[in-house]
Amino acid sequence: MKTHFLMMGALSALTLAACATKADPIPEALPETPVVQRPVPVAPTPPPVVEEVSPVLPPAPDLNLPIPGSAEDFAYRTGGEPRVFFGYDRYDLTEDARNALRSQADWLNQYSNYAAVVEGHADERGTREYNLALAARRADSVKAFLVSQGVNPARLTSVSYGKERPIDGRSSEAGWARNRNGFTNLTLTGQS
Amino acid sequence: MPTTVNACNRKYIVKRTSILKAIFSIILVLLTWLSFAVPSFAQLEIDITKGNIDPTPIAIPDFIGTDANTRQLGIDIAAVIRADLERSGLFKSLDPASFIETQTNIDYEPSFSDWRVIKAEGLVSGRIVADSATRVRVEFRLWDVFAGQQLSGIRFATTPENWRRTAHKASDAIYKALTGEEGYFDSRIVFIDEKGPKTNRQKRLAIMDQDGANPQYLLGGSDIILTPRFSPNSQKITFMSYENVVPQVYLLDIETGRRELLGDFPGMTFAPRFSPDGTKLILSMSRRGNSDIFVMDLVSRSTSRLTTDPSIDVSASYAPNGRKIVFNSDRGGSPQLYVMEADGINIKRISFGKGRYSAPVWSPRGDKIAFVKSLQGKFSIGIMDPDGKNERLLTSSFLDESPTWSPNGRVIIFSRETRGRNGSSEIWSVDLTGQNERKINTPAKASDPAWSPLLP
Repeated sequence: MKTHFLMMGALSALTLAACATKADPIPEALPETPVVQRPVPVAPTPPPVVEEVSPVLPPAPDLNLPIPGSAEDFAYRTGGEPRVFFGYDRYDLTEDARNALRSQADWLNQYSNYAAVVEGHADERGTREYNLALAARRADSVKAFLVSQGVNPARLTSVSYGKERPIDGRSSEAGWARNRNGFTNLTLTGQS
Repeated sequence: MPTTVNACNRKYIVKRTSILKAIFSIILVLLTWLSFAVPSFAQLEIDITKGNIDPTPIAIPDFIGTDANTRQLGIDIAAVIRADLERSGLFKSLDPASFIETQTNIDYEPSFSDWRVIKAEGLVSGRIVADSATRVRVEFRLWDVFAGQQLSGIRFATTPENWRRTAHKASDAIYKALTGEEGYFDSRIVFIDEKGPKTNRQKRLAIMDQDGANPQYLLGGSDIILTPRFSPNSQKITFMSYENVVPQVYLLDIETGRRELLGDFPGMTFAPRFSPDGTKLILSMSRRGNSDIFVMDLVSRSTSRLTTDPSIDVSASYAPNGRKIVFNSDRGGSPQLYVMEADGINIKRISFGKGRYSAPVWSPRGDKIAFVKSLQGKFSIGIMDPDGKNERLLTSSFLDESPTWSPNGRVIIFSRETRGRNGSSEIWSVDLTGQNERKINTPAKASDPAWSPLLP
């Protein structure tokens, strides 16, 4: 359409030029009407799309690791579970137990929003009351060691369970060895 | 009759009309020697100090009734008496099918020859008479068949509902007439009812008659309850419970259901027992890992400390005269038995055999101390004199513990556990002689039995 109009314009100009000597006044071609550009309504400038620049990625987290400061973390940092084991009719701490308790103390010193019930446990080979007394000694051995490593004694309660709460039902040396233990059972205090 | 108590409700209620209350409704009329004088030459006498290999044959026909109700009572009462006497191991109850004579009136002499033929040495003839809709008389005569003499004749006036206790009282009277010693059948056992595997045991405080009848739950479900023991009048039970973080000793009045925490101790309290006069409680308290023995006056609530050794001092038990205490201590390097004066002085070791000794309990007769001994992987119930002499082991198994004495000091019941995750826990009885080991029926697994004194 636009091409057609231009062609018509060009033809008429040729016609006018051809008649120039014949007629006066000489028509003068008007300057071409400027093409009036109607203002296009101005839309507001669209806001820039904000895109966060991806941060520098940390090393990929190990999804198997517990959240630091959680009870799971406490168990993880102290050898799988916060439990130390004793010999038959013994309540002294083995070197393994001391090392595990040092880790427990470090953790407890770092995360002061926890208290703990230190449970003493005995195996089934003993009479009920004697085992209550024996497991009380075990609980106290654990507590005393944690206190020696800087844990505030007010955060620790020691309780003897005697032979009432075995973790292993087997009546075997292996089962009994697991049941002679001191367990640090975390409780939240709500303080930090 | 006592009512069953909601096992899960700590604030349980025991109806005041408990069995102990019924004591006062029994009018025990001792019409001893209903018609004859004391026989001076009775032949039927049983020596219970010997291991009784041959139980004495005794005939106990159903008690005679006059109507359907009293006849049924007579059948039930005779059955309980037969079972009581059989379980003692001293008697053999003869099969009623072998009886020749059928007595119709117990006021006449039986036909002794008929009973001699079936080799009965003793004969119990009884009858029930209904005085009213709510009162009955239970009467019996005990005959020495070979001497042809009456040994005892007793009448009980009671309610029909109280037939079981009446039967036990009759058993006690027969036992006493034939052995010369007090019986133990009218008594109860408090124990711990157990459910679940070893790694998840639920424990409840329960009570039953000495023959396992009438089991009822008193307390528990959510907390561990251990080591119940009767007061000397059988009205109260002391026990240990984990209902607070630090376990403590409690008192329970089984008649009112009132329960109270005992004392204000700064550590775990455990291993409680009453003094023989019931005015004191002896227990252990553990502080900073060290267990010592304390005694609390139940009236003034004052406590005094009896041991101060840094070793384990636990499981204290009074002599029946209240003057001495036997206890368990590892002060010598391994758990052993020690005796001290009631004020804590003069501590002497009494166990010197091989093995480890614990859980001593002084006999109500005062002449023996029962204990648990572990040796070479086995646990035994044993007895020894209070000076440690004459040690004798009565049982042996993977795990026998918690001995407790019959009111007459002739029988010991204890708990027996078996191996493994689903190992059982049962209550067993054994004679002082080591004979007659028997399981006592319980509703489920059971442990920590404690025998009451004879009910009043």
